[in-house]
Amino acid sequence: MVRSWRLYAAVAAGGFRRYATYRVATAAGVFTNTVFGLILAYTYIALWDERPGLGGYDQAQAVTYVWIGQGLLAVVAVMGGGFEDELIERIRTGDIAIDLYRPADLQAWWLAADCGRAVFQLLGRGVVPMLFGGLVFRLALPADAGTWMAFLGAVALGIVVSFAIRYLVALAAFWFMDGTGVQQLAVLAGLFFSGMTLPLNVFPGALGELARVLPWSSLIQAPADVLLGERTGWALLRTYALQGAWAVGLLAAGRLVQSAATRRVVVQGG
Amino acid sequence: MADLKERDGSGSGFGSGSGSGVGRGFVLPHGRSRLVDGLRTYRLIAWMWIRSTMAYRASFAMTLLGNFAGTALDFVTILLMFSRVDELGGYSLGQVAFLYGLSSAAFGLTDLTLGSMDRLGKRVRDGTLDTLLVRPAPVLAQVAADRFALRRLGRLTQGLLVLGYALTVVDIAWTPVKVLLMPVMLVSGAAIFGSVFVAGGAFQFVAQDASQVQNSFTYGGTTLLQYPPTVFAKELVRGVTFVLPLAFVNWLPALYVLGLPYPLDLPAWTAFLSPLVAVACCALAGLAWRAGLRSYRSTGS
Repeated sequence: MVRSWRLYAAVAAGGFRRYATYRVATAAGVFTNTVFGLILAYTYIALWDERPGLGGYDQAQAVTYVWIGQGLLAVVAVMGGGFEDELIERIRTGDIAIDLYRPADLQAWWLAADCGRAVFQLLGRGVVPMLFGGLVFRLALPADAGTWMAFLGAVALGIVVSFAIRYLVALAAFWFMDGTGVQQLAVLAGLFFSGMTLPLNVFPGALGELARVLPWSSLIQAPADVLLGERTGWALLRTYALQGAWAVGLLAAGRLVQSAATRRVVVQGG
Repeated sequence: MADLKERDGSGSGFGSGSGSGVGRGFVLPHGRSRLVDGLRTYRLIAWMWIRSTMAYRASFAMTLLGNFAGTALDFVTILLMFSRVDELGGYSLGQVAFLYGLSSAAFGLTDLTLGSMDRLGKRVRDGTLDTLLVRPAPVLAQVAADRFALRRLGRLTQGLLVLGYALTVVDIAWTPVKVLLMPVMLVSGAAIFGSVFVAGGAFQFVAQDASQVQNSFTYGGTTLLQYPPTVFAKELVRGVTFVLPLAFVNWLPALYVLGLPYPLDLPAWTAFLSPLVAVACCALAGLAWRAGLRSYRSTGS
């Protein structure tokens, strides 16, 4: 048991180091997040000028929301681009057969690697856009360490939910061979239902109610609400519970699909 | 290219049977200008990729739909905003849709024709750019047509649909000049975006991993132009008017058509400058491209 923990910790550290290698790409990503953050922030200011208090946020909170979203975009891989490209390629080429008889759990292995990536991107891609946003706009960031800790908890759960979704997306390649269609669909759903384009509490009526309980709300909306001080006490626990339930449920679904895939699907030879 | 070789002899203008995937399409006659050469090269490579794509029609239909839906998401966001407000920065939904449609359609034209430019960094990194350099055809045309993706029609279509919607709901006092300005705006806008794509490509010779920087000016630029200029800070509007002249894609000419004032105090004739700005941008991008290409050092692998 201790040995397997050490193994997955090593895999996670490897994931961290791997992404830390691409410094220019990281800087370019930060630049892009900052540009988009700037554009979105101004549109939100116009929107909240028109309707102050929309969705329960004041204007400073709405602008802060933009920068939280830009900071977390890469961390929770809303647009994909984490481990799944590689896993899909291994399924397509048949290399997955080798992975399946390794003395390590397939899902836990990729989860560990993805957590390493996410931690790097939180440091490498999350901090600078937020600092820039703080320089240009008045942000509503909490001063107490407790809220920040609660935020990190929500981010961690968001990373696991995001992984679980992308793991399912990658496994679809067992049946479709070409994973691009499913991936494209997942990115669309992620962008829209995570609250990346617009906070989910601004969504009207039933669409909003649905969006707020779907798994993608765990990625951006939940951590953002925690950091903005909208979820404290019982509301915070309810947020964690929803995120945790999706994480456990989707990870379990991933294991089920994986066992179905490995039992029924003939691996590509070559 | 492999798919194409198997489908050789389908009766089109050029065969691909002479060994390399592109065959004799690249043997250029003497005495033609580089522009004609470039366009011819572009046409041949693009046609090759179209035929290759059409080998998997279902997959093509799916990605086309995905491209359409992906870009439509931006407009859905704007619709959601307008479900809560009647005006954004003093503009109605129809007026924002007018800006959105023009920006997206111009960008869609560029994305369709030059959308593969951001793959250049990858080619520089893995050394496959060398293959393009030894072919007797303009490198820019080869890079631009590389993996020509017809699915990008999805973005163009979506932009044109929104523009069509805007034209039906917005009250415009049409004059012959305004009617003429519409197609001029689309073509100049596409050319301005195109120069950003080419300059971005040139930048990738220097910073190979930085294709994301290009995205923030191309995709970021079109997103910016989808919203009214009144929404943004004056410094930002000045920046995209005088430094990186994206404002000439749609903001300045479109506001003339709508009869709305531009946030900066500019003379009225600036609304007609888009073609000139486009020509100047393309010339600068061409120079940047040459400088970039000349500075290229192969990885040697």
